[in-house]
Amino acid sequence: MAESRVPHASLPPPASTIGVVGWLRRNLFSSPLNIVLTLLAVYLLFVTLPPLLRWAFLDASWRGDDREACRSGGACWVFIRVHFEQFMYGFYPDGQRWRVNAAVLLLILGAAPLFMRAVSSKFKIRLGLGLLIGYPFVAFALLKGGMIGLPVVDTSQWGGLLLTLVIAGVGMTAALPLGVLLALGRRSRMPAIQTLCVTFIEFWRGVPLITVLFMSSVMLPLFLPVGMNFDKLLRALIGVTLFQGAYMAEVVRGGLQAIPKGQFEAAAALGLGYWKTMGLIVLPQALKLVIPGIVNTFIALFKDTSLVLIIGLFDLMNIVHNATTNPAWLGFSTEGYVFAALVYWLFCFGMSRYSQNLEKHLHTGHKR
Amino acid sequence: MNPLKTFTTAAILLLTASGVAQAGATLDAIKKNGFIKCGVSDGLPGFSFADEKGNYNGIDVDVCRAVAAALFGDPAKVKFTPLTAKERLTALQSGEIDVLSRNTTWTSSRDSAQGMNFTGVTYYDGQGFLVNKKLGVKSAKQLDGATVCVQAGTTTELNLSDYFRANKMKLTPITYDKSDESAKSLEAGRCDVLTSDQSQLYAQRIKLAKPGEYIVLPEVISKEPLGPVVRHGDDDWFDIVKWTLFVMVNAEELGVNSKNVEEMKKSTNPDVKRLLGVEGDKGKDFGLATDWMAVVIKQVGNYGEIFERNVGQGSPLKIQRGLNALWNQGGLQYAPPVR
Repeated sequence: MAESRVPHASLPPPASTIGVVGWLRRNLFSSPLNIVLTLLAVYLLFVTLPPLLRWAFLDASWRGDDREACRSGGACWVFIRVHFEQFMYGFYPDGQRWRVNAAVLLLILGAAPLFMRAVSSKFKIRLGLGLLIGYPFVAFALLKGGMIGLPVVDTSQWGGLLLTLVIAGVGMTAALPLGVLLALGRRSRMPAIQTLCVTFIEFWRGVPLITVLFMSSVMLPLFLPVGMNFDKLLRALIGVTLFQGAYMAEVVRGGLQAIPKGQFEAAAALGLGYWKTMGLIVLPQALKLVIPGIVNTFIALFKDTSLVLIIGLFDLMNIVHNATTNPAWLGFSTEGYVFAALVYWLFCFGMSRYSQNLEKHLHTGHKR
Repeated sequence: MNPLKTFTTAAILLLTASGVAQAGATLDAIKKNGFIKCGVSDGLPGFSFADEKGNYNGIDVDVCRAVAAALFGDPAKVKFTPLTAKERLTALQSGEIDVLSRNTTWTSSRDSAQGMNFTGVTYYDGQGFLVNKKLGVKSAKQLDGATVCVQAGTTTELNLSDYFRANKMKLTPITYDKSDESAKSLEAGRCDVLTSDQSQLYAQRIKLAKPGEYIVLPEVISKEPLGPVVRHGDDDWFDIVKWTLFVMVNAEELGVNSKNVEEMKKSTNPDVKRLLGVEGDKGKDFGLATDWMAVVIKQVGNYGEIFERNVGQGSPLKIQRGLNALWNQGGLQYAPPVR
């Protein structure tokens, strides 16, 4: 009878390689250099964190209505609370602010099906196109007014986060299609179209956005007949869109170049024309490839909207700055800018997470 | 001629042409619109800023309100356009605004080559110094060897080095881009002195944790007369803006303010009678209502009231009248008589 050999049950790993100790040893104290870096990091946290927490939370003032409430030496969040509505809506008249809320709510409700997996993609495409074309008009009618009994709210009264979102939203939705067209144009075999697109892209990429905004607000009015004034916001919107469209074109072109020649040939073999080849075969693959680049451009655009402060539009950044110049609230610029930074971060981080989600969802297996 | 020159010439020609075309038209357009388009600052403590309700406040803002009161009898008939320092002149030249009331310094080139007319001085400003009391400095002449915080790329920086060179003192300037930064570094002791226009020094002082420990030195080392501006080409409009300011100064001199204006109409002083439109029609000359001056005073106030309310004792800034006191009280504010 053969003697069966039962292997000894495996021993537990050494105590120093598992649990908290093991993790620490592996990750924080694995080599002399790492030990030094870890200790340095702990020291830095020790030096910076407690004062920061004390300033932002422990010593901070939350209650009250004026600067007298902010004598504690910590952060004065009262300043933010008092100005919160203004930071959100700018100088949009008090009684009309529901219109802004309504426009935002409408967008959320309208766009919600696009993010649901259960909805058929055919419906999604129709809804998406409908939103893309219809929503700007609805939103403009709501915000600007002047029809269906709504009083007119001049664009100069728009401000705060509302204005930031308007500029970013219009910039994004207009820059992407423009970018795709320009990228296709740049790769076109028709010399006229190609030259036009290359010139356009290189011109707008070659000038800083701040110059574009300056030109639109300082130079342009001099060349228009007296009394004819473009809306300042419109000028900024056009500037931002053209500028970001050029950037977007180069991002999309990167994707187009990554599509193997075989795909084009396969499309040709199937008898597809130019637009069908592009629309059904090439662009879906190319755009998917460059999602990180597109979102990168979007995030940059979102933050670039703060540049409109140099032409006197009161976006989130500028409205915070304005509030810090009120003699009743002098000296709270730190709180204001911290708040603005948080809001920007929230939106940009949200966009970045969404793009990662989208990439995972569209992942079709040739990702390494 | 190189292309750039051609371009510039064309631009200037275009500008002059449009300037001629609009002669006298500004006032007509304002009357047609029913409101004044007024350019103000995009946030300057005490001069123009929007409060938490979104209402504009400040000396510069009140000047426009007063002009609206003069024209329409209603100080609310103003549309404010916040402008940055760089856009302000273009906005006026291009007709985007009718009057610029944005703490603009009256200089020869602006008054001539740039096609502007300054209508008066609402605030005599000048560059000053803010120091910590601990230094024991009583005069700017004692600042030899001081480290001075100054905003980069401004005339302030040039004035500073001129002043130190003229007085044979050693200077270590530290330049900053934002006024907030320079206030913070004065507080941290990175510089001994902070220099800026005096009107701004008081605002800077409030930002400090212990404002009481800092003083503004008495010396003023530059002239910065700030006032409203209109563009060349419409003299009637120029007159109205100019005289609105004079009316407010005259009112203070004669002791007429927004509270007592109705009683003062019964005054026997002929100057007061003329000012308030009780005697003689001072409106006809301007194409305005007979009692327009009284309306301005009643609805906006006299110069002293505006000053105290926005930057003086009635405001957190607590700026002394100084140069902006009336001429008979040791200041420079002086207005031609109404007669």
